[in-house]
Amino acid sequence: MRYAVRYKEAIIEKALVVIALSAIAVLGLIILFVFKEGSPVMARVGVIRFISGTKWAPSRGVFGILPMILGSVWVTLGALAIGVPLGLACAIFLAEMAPARVSSILKPSVELLAGIPSVVYGFIGLVVLVPFIRRWLGGPGFSVLAAAIVLGIMVLPTIISISFDAFKAVPAAYREGMLALGATKWQAIRMVILPAARPGIIAAVILGLGRAIGETMAVIMVAGNSTKIPSSALAPVRTLTSNIALEMGYATGEHREALLATGMVLFVVIALLNVAARLFAGGGRVSR
Amino acid sequence: MKQERAKGPDQHVVNRRMTAVFAGAAMMTVGVLIFIVVYILNRGLHIVTPSFLSEAPRQMGRAGGIYPAIVGSILVTGIAVLIAAPVGVATAIYLTEYTREDRLPRIVRFGTESLAGIPSIIFGLFGFLFFVIYLDLGWSVLSGALTLSAMILPTIVRTSEEAIRAVPNAYREISYALGSTRWQTVTGVVLPTALPGIVTGVVLAVGRSIGETAVVIFTAGTSLRLPKSLLDPVRTLPVHFYILAREGISLDNAYGTAAVLIILVLVINITAYSVVNRFAARSR
Repeated sequence: MRYAVRYKEAIIEKALVVIALSAIAVLGLIILFVFKEGSPVMARVGVIRFISGTKWAPSRGVFGILPMILGSVWVTLGALAIGVPLGLACAIFLAEMAPARVSSILKPSVELLAGIPSVVYGFIGLVVLVPFIRRWLGGPGFSVLAAAIVLGIMVLPTIISISFDAFKAVPAAYREGMLALGATKWQAIRMVILPAARPGIIAAVILGLGRAIGETMAVIMVAGNSTKIPSSALAPVRTLTSNIALEMGYATGEHREALLATGMVLFVVIALLNVAARLFAGGGRVSR
Repeated sequence: MKQERAKGPDQHVVNRRMTAVFAGAAMMTVGVLIFIVVYILNRGLHIVTPSFLSEAPRQMGRAGGIYPAIVGSILVTGIAVLIAAPVGVATAIYLTEYTREDRLPRIVRFGTESLAGIPSIIFGLFGFLFFVIYLDLGWSVLSGALTLSAMILPTIVRTSEEAIRAVPNAYREISYALGSTRWQTVTGVVLPTALPGIVTGVVLAVGRSIGETAVVIFTAGTSLRLPKSLLDPVRTLPVHFYILAREGISLDNAYGTAAVLIILVLVINITAYSVVNRFAARSR
């Protein structure tokens, strides 16, 4: 009987180890399959030519993704320019200034914002933002600006909730010490809390960056998806993610490999960002 | 304030202004949420009739309802959660109850955290290459659900881990003192106590997967027919919505589908929070 129990416990423990390794196994499979299918075309075209080529013409076998790389960069930087100040201000208000009852309503609303499907964001962008930009700012409306605004809103929940946690992790004594010295709340925030929460804020920005780069469906719906390098904020643009999603449905052969190679580039960028987030967060836990 | 220039600006005035600025930012964020919800419901709610929910689409979705997409969403999301929840909870149990922080758990943690950062389109690519083509499952409910389960796994692991860690150690000690084994302690004491937190995580994962498009469109397909088996292709609600809206098939039906999606997401999220709150109230 006792041996039976001990035996059962040992089996359960082994089983748990195996199950727990499934996440890393999936990660391995993702890397294996995407890289295996994407690398032949990378090797044929050459990594440098693939990422620095300005022409994307799959039907003629020309694969250069510089326009999409720049597209992702512009759209993402634009999104951060909108999302970071707004998100940080919101997090400061929620963590430091709002009365408990107000923040107990606002915090779940922010998390609801994270729950809204990306296609809905894209659709609102399509029916509200794109016509607005076309009417008041000119151009086709489908633009870097439209994508940046939509993404700027979509990264808000990430930036708010991670920087909120960073503010909450600042010891109360810091705050109280400042207030006891006669500082106002804003002085305490500016001089003590923001500097103390800096690693968490940087991690929030980097993870927001990762979300913005990785977002696909919403961007497709508002960005216009032209394969030319955008000449202005009002010009249409195609990102790395949309390049994959737009053409994956019908691509075959070398064209499909080139899309997977685009996925490889995206994967490497995201991996580097995660490493950066981990470093800045000072070994703290990093998750969405 | 002007007369105080010598001493610099009045800090209390500055403080009040900054508070107003930050409150404004918070209001704007909530305003965006309210705008989106009201905008969609305002234009879509009148489309959502019982027949819209129970009929098959006609003319590619120009007319008729969204019944097959509802079935598709339920099947794909349901099966994804049925796969990811046990795996995720087991992983969380392993991380919290069976190890200290050494190499193996660090590898596990690295795996889940890396998965959490991968964009959905990459999951879509992977699911297409691995499940659809390599394992030859085709565009199907099963391919979609398996890929989606990989995507929501990190969410479930993280929330379950937090819930399990919140169980007071005294509970475990009492259980061990009574002669229970580790597994008996897990199933008899830890899991029941952590259950509301785990349920919340699972419900949030349902909410995430029900709105997911990029993964599902490349793995479950876009078929409008009702699936007869798990190996048949389906179209989920967000995919249906995306196709209606992007290809301009029917703006009215797109609004109707979006309204259904928004209501689902709201109900799911509010359920999750009420579970947490009830749990918090009880433990107080």
